[in-house]
Amino acid sequence: MPKIHVSTTVNGDTVEFLCETQETVLDVLRNTLGLTGTKEGCGTGDCGACSVLVDGRLVCGCLMLGVEAEGKEIVTVEGIGSPDRLHPVQQKFLEDAALQCGFCTPGFIVAAKALLDSNPEPTETEIRYWLAGNLCRCTGYDKIVRAVQDAALEMKGQQA
Amino acid sequence: MTYEPKTLKVVGTRPIRHDGADKVTGRANYGADFKLPGMLWGKVLRSPHAHARIRAIDVSKAKALPGVKAVITGGDMPMPDGGVTQAGESAINTQHLAKNLMARDKVLYDGHPVAAVAAISESIAREALDLIEVDYEILPHVIDVEEAMKPDAPLLHDDLFTQNVEPKPEKPSNVAQRIFVGKGDMEKGFSEADIVIERHFTTKPVHQGYIEPQACVANFAEDGQAVVWCSSQGQFLIRDLCVNMLGMEASDLKVIPAEIGGGFGGKTTVYLEPLALVLSHKAGRPVKMTMSRGEVFRSTGPTSGCAIRAKIGALRDGTIVAAEMDLKFQAGAFPGSPVGAAVMFATAPYDIPNLSITGWDVCVNVPKIHAYRAPGAPNGAFAFESVIDELARELNVDPIDLRAKNSVAEGSKAPYGPTHGPLGGLECLSAAKNHPHYKANLGPNQGRGVASGFWINIGGQSAATVVVNRDGTIALVEGCPDIGGTRASLAMMCAEVLGIEAEKVRPSVVDTTAIAFNDVTGGSRVTFATGKAVVEATEDAVRQMRERAAKMWDIEPDSVLWRDGAAHETGGEGRSLTIAQIASKAAKTGGQIMGHASINAAGAGPSLTTHMCDVEVDRETGRVTILRYTTVQDAGKAVHPSYVEGQMQGGAAQGIGWALNEEYIHDEQGRLLNAGFLDYRMPVASDLPMIDAVSGEVPNPNHPFGVRGVGEAPIVPPLAAISNAIYDATGVRMRDLPFSPPRVLAALEEAERAKG
Amino acid sequence: MARVVLSGDLGRRFAGGEVEVRVPGDSVRRLIRALDERYPGIAGHLEAEGMAVAIDGVVYQDALLEEVGPDSEVYFLHAIRGGRA
Repeated sequence: MPKIHVSTTVNGDTVEFLCETQETVLDVLRNTLGLTGTKEGCGTGDCGACSVLVDGRLVCGCLMLGVEAEGKEIVTVEGIGSPDRLHPVQQKFLEDAALQCGFCTPGFIVAAKALLDSNPEPTETEIRYWLAGNLCRCTGYDKIVRAVQDAALEMKGQQA
Repeated sequence: MTYEPKTLKVVGTRPIRHDGADKVTGRANYGADFKLPGMLWGKVLRSPHAHARIRAIDVSKAKALPGVKAVITGGDMPMPDGGVTQAGESAINTQHLAKNLMARDKVLYDGHPVAAVAAISESIAREALDLIEVDYEILPHVIDVEEAMKPDAPLLHDDLFTQNVEPKPEKPSNVAQRIFVGKGDMEKGFSEADIVIERHFTTKPVHQGYIEPQACVANFAEDGQAVVWCSSQGQFLIRDLCVNMLGMEASDLKVIPAEIGGGFGGKTTVYLEPLALVLSHKAGRPVKMTMSRGEVFRSTGPTSGCAIRAKIGALRDGTIVAAEMDLKFQAGAFPGSPVGAAVMFATAPYDIPNLSITGWDVCVNVPKIHAYRAPGAPNGAFAFESVIDELARELNVDPIDLRAKNSVAEGSKAPYGPTHGPLGGLECLSAAKNHPHYKANLGPNQGRGVASGFWINIGGQSAATVVVNRDGTIALVEGCPDIGGTRASLAMMCAEVLGIEAEKVRPSVVDTTAIAFNDVTGGSRVTFATGKAVVEATEDAVRQMRERAAKMWDIEPDSVLWRDGAAHETGGEGRSLTIAQIASKAAKTGGQIMGHASINAAGAGPSLTTHMCDVEVDRETGRVTILRYTTVQDAGKAVHPSYVEGQMQGGAAQGIGWALNEEYIHDEQGRLLNAGFLDYRMPVASDLPMIDAVSGEVPNPNHPFGVRGVGEAPIVPPLAAISNAIYDATGVRMRDLPFSPPRVLAALEEAERAKG
Repeated sequence: MARVVLSGDLGRRFAGGEVEVRVPGDSVRRLIRALDERYPGIAGHLEAEGMAVAIDGVVYQDALLEEVGPDSEVYFLHAIRGGRA
């Protein structure tokens, strides 16, 4: 099957890859670039486990073709936080025990970061609706919502 | 090893889990995250029919496609001799499993595997599947459990004769087995009763809904040695099932556990691994297989849909004198539904003198039913906790008071026989009644429901090794996949015994060649049973360290006491040595220090739980909104309270999904119509409120810290709690799951019509 | 002698309707042996995969050598499968 050349930016690095036309951004990240932090739970955009940021927008990696990544800036869970310090969302997920199996967690981390970037003081309802595209089967969401609330407080404190 | 009350420093605190950073940064490797050089991609061709005879399969075109390295059908898979594989707490019939892995002469459900390929890319493997030609003779199918029990129902297996009925049946049927639990005198019990209520309930198959689809990599070498990487609830189970399926020896196969993205019982069997091994063997290269979400829904175990008749008899003062139930459970394509647990536990929160509970295990054309969190218990509790609610209304008594009046307590007998030790049913009911939630006001179209639940919890086989590092830190080696924070809870128990911080213990879940056999992570057993093994192994290491300290001081070990991470001389000079001081000298005092334990833990303590929920029913759309939800559960002892709360909240949320939306929907041909998360509607964050989790602690006498299992009981009460709340809000009793908007609306309209 | 309760169908199917029997034996294995002498065939069922034993209220998933006291109450029951998070 013929492959198409794509250049893009992933977590700040310029990246080039070849992909088949039907391959998704999720396929490319996981299978071609080895960035397996982004998970596949459904492949149909219903579970959010493959949430990534594309030019700052939250998208499901499984709903975007690899070839559409040309010239874009992609951020995955691997690009959140820094080597010496977890992002406040990551830190609060740990402190608040907002994960059990951890499979949906990368998607939630990316989605929650996107929320707090655009809305630093979300209400509980806003958090719940923003995260409604991310399925978690373990936690019942209670501790996830609290972790996002706590991360918002933490980030507000950091800015002050 | 029994419970002793003591002051605890680590157990009961909330440290950050040891595998946490890996899981919030994407580092943690799950089933599909592994690859090997030269790896092929395997794919499965699945039946589009619910029931059909396979006349012929032609794989020649697929084999001829460039890039295809192996193609297999049922004929390429060995058929085991029969018997059962003791798979931890469950027994799996190996011939049924073999036929479920790959159909032989018949397909029994939409999604049943008929062939598999391995190719150099996913796209070529997919293309190859399209080239396989299967000639099917479509047969009549049956999915509804009561239809499947009729004498003229389409027959799945012509060699299946109902067990445990008399006289022995002369003709085969879809009914695999009858199970019975009972005591007392039913005629006498019901004749004493002032009130008798009898109702019929139904539920649909629902899926475990783990977010991680099944995935594995298999590598079969020329010398017959093989390795499988996969996510599962038990690497030893995967090994034993694979070697039994393929006629290998246990030492031929190493299974390396990946992180697991949820299982809820669904990952206590094999679907892909034996196929990947056979493909790898044929192709001479590693093979990776992953399921799509559609395949997960169509081909992996949902839990049973069922039909239940429940009859209850009580005196005017609220004493329940008799209960009779008849539970018909879908087993799926092969025998083995969780009806046994439903029979044993449906009435288990109560002490009822006259009981007759009969269960039926019935084959139907859906995937082989597999364990789902407290398997069978939610179905049974849905029916029984609903009739209890009706009884409370009939008697005009508080539903919690009625439950308390009939509650089991220490010394009362379980429906399945044994006399209970200490357990927390009354404590849960009392905590629920005193919770502010129970007194809060309700608005129009709002209602409150209560229900209780019981789960036995299990023990089983666990092993642990405690390695004392030279710097005084600890490597804790264990064999149960960590699905919800068990690395943390086990490391905490190890740290507690040693008297050090939890962070000084590094827990690892290791492969099948690195520790003795462990039963699966399931049955709410790991913190209890593996916890016991960890405590024993740690005590073994402590004993060795006391002996080493005694040697270094030239005194008797009995004169050395262990406290706060150090050995202390009880008399004499009152000297002490830390773990690091002892371990750094280990080479000179007898070699490195390592504690072991391998046990078969008995005495898991049952969990009792009471849930209450407030709902609002939209009379125009039939939509039910959960306004408030509280769970109260006896955890025995919460080792890491956050993860105990998490189990309670997560179980409640799964129960809410089961109650409100989740169901398998089939078309007239028996094909699954909603094999995806868009149409199989699991709860999302905006569907739920915060879930208040109250953990009671009646210690289990058979665990050093009093631990009971907690994972399963929370899914038992929600179905009835929500049904009871809908009744409270609307006066309409929902007895057929799920309570989705169209069904609720229809019930409301029906009630309006009945009123005239 | 330990008190063995043949709950569910066991008594009806194997012991001529007896539900509660006293048999000698200080371990589960010896109890099963004694039961099988009295009710031939019952051992095969009690030792089958998937049967658990409760001794004085404590449930054992697999029991064979476990001690049974002279006044112990012993039940044979179906072992339970589990599944959780």
